[in-house]
Amino acid sequence: MISVALRDVSKSFPSGVTALDHFDLELHPGEFVSLLGPSGCGKSTALRLIAGLMAPTRGTVTWPSRGAAHHGEIGFVFQEPTLMPWGTVAANVQLPLSLRHADATDAGVRVAAALKQVGLDGFPHAYPRELSGGMKMRASIARALVTEPALLLMDEPFAALDEITRFKLNDDLIALWCAVKRTVVFVTHSVFESVYLSERVVVMTPRPGRVFAELRIDAPYPRDQQFRTSAEYASLCRQVSEALADASSRGGGA
Amino acid sequence: MNGEPTAVAISARNGIEAAMRFVLPVVVLALGVLAWELIVRLKEIPPYELPGPVLVFQTLVEDWGLLSDSLLVTLWTTLQGFVLAAIGGVVLAVLFNQSRLIEYSFYPYAVILQVTPVVAIAPLLLIWLPQPAAVLACAWIVAFFPVLANTTLGLNSVDHNLADLFRLYGASRLQVLTRLKLPAALPYILGGLKIAGGLSLIGAVVAEMAASSAGAGSGLAYRIMESGYRLNIPRMFAALVLLSVAGIVIYFLLAWFSHLMLRRWHESAVVREG
Repeated sequence: MISVALRDVSKSFPSGVTALDHFDLELHPGEFVSLLGPSGCGKSTALRLIAGLMAPTRGTVTWPSRGAAHHGEIGFVFQEPTLMPWGTVAANVQLPLSLRHADATDAGVRVAAALKQVGLDGFPHAYPRELSGGMKMRASIARALVTEPALLLMDEPFAALDEITRFKLNDDLIALWCAVKRTVVFVTHSVFESVYLSERVVVMTPRPGRVFAELRIDAPYPRDQQFRTSAEYASLCRQVSEALADASSRGGGA
Repeated sequence: MNGEPTAVAISARNGIEAAMRFVLPVVVLALGVLAWELIVRLKEIPPYELPGPVLVFQTLVEDWGLLSDSLLVTLWTTLQGFVLAAIGGVVLAVLFNQSRLIEYSFYPYAVILQVTPVVAIAPLLLIWLPQPAAVLACAWIVAFFPVLANTTLGLNSVDHNLADLFRLYGASRLQVLTRLKLPAALPYILGGLKIAGGLSLIGAVVAEMAASSAGAGSGLAYRIMESGYRLNIPRMFAALVLLSVAGIVIYFLLAWFSHLMLRRWHESAVVREG
């Protein structure tokens, strides 16, 4: 079974930049996939195509339920928290529901549940500027989860955070994924992050973006500090690094 | 005590600094007024050239009945001009934002209206409109453009990712406007209103002056012109003081309102420690 498929997708921009070229990707329900590549390899473009935020120049993107119905089936987490500064944490998390005129009581329950999932249950009335970078990102993830989407798209969500916070959020994301088993597409330029988190790492070539290699990470979940320091993890990271180095030299050159 | 400053020392220093910001301008004002009075007395300058502050204050008290009526007239015009400018500016900006066609068709005329000096338009408006309406129109013309320009800027400075998010969740045009664009534009709108408050007063005064040279009116600007013709310079000064105070009060009211609206979330209203 496939949840989303991109077939022979190309995307060029009016500026003449070809972000993706003959890009193929299939996502299976419940899997955790990382798109790994240097910046400018079209990772984010691929994510926006999957979300339906832009249309491919050539090729097709298929969702199981077609048309506008995928609104709400997709959660999107941007590189920045992208919260409305004028709204409280609760108002921000509730946004996807209130845009669809969901029942207020039911929405309140779901917002509380989503905040609990990301460990923000004590902060519904805080404003974004009162939160740390990591907490803002948690609020952003809670907002993406509140509609209980089948597909969660994350665009380098932890790239701007410090390492301690990033490791903590990596662990929490794994726990969350184990609990809810949604399909996750995680864009990153960190080899270590992609190996730690995913079942499958898709290595991309830069300019134009194309799938260079796919590596399975078969280590069991939940993964933790022990996995992070294991020889298995180190060897997997080496394999993925080598693939990434090959991809970069094979590509148009950075 | 020569290590890190303690919290008490810091808060005491902040307290002193806050007090200085209030005390220093007041001291400068007092010294200025004192020097003014001394110069007028020592040099024996006649009141029709330069009245001393004591005389101005006496005139303000003696003529309060006349001057307060004029003040109310001017303030009422200013308030109406300001409210109409606020509504007109925001509504026009929203219309421009919703339709490129409307924006391209009318924005140049909004600019032309702004760049043409209102002093030059006022006599024409006084011919076309009854005097109170003409004065009001002047106040509006001067005040609406900063609201329009700032709101337009604000509506266009929405975070692109937030806009994408609204699109992802299938938000309607109206939802994007009311739940994303207008809140994002609020700090800009309030900035425009702060400028518009002062400009509305200026517009009202300019129009009253143009009207008074046509022999009509009763606002403060009219009192200033009238006092000038009659060489009643102390009253002229008293009216001028009232206009200044009105401008200051309008500015602080709007600044306070803006702070109230933004204090929870906007960087401009956040008091940073340290």
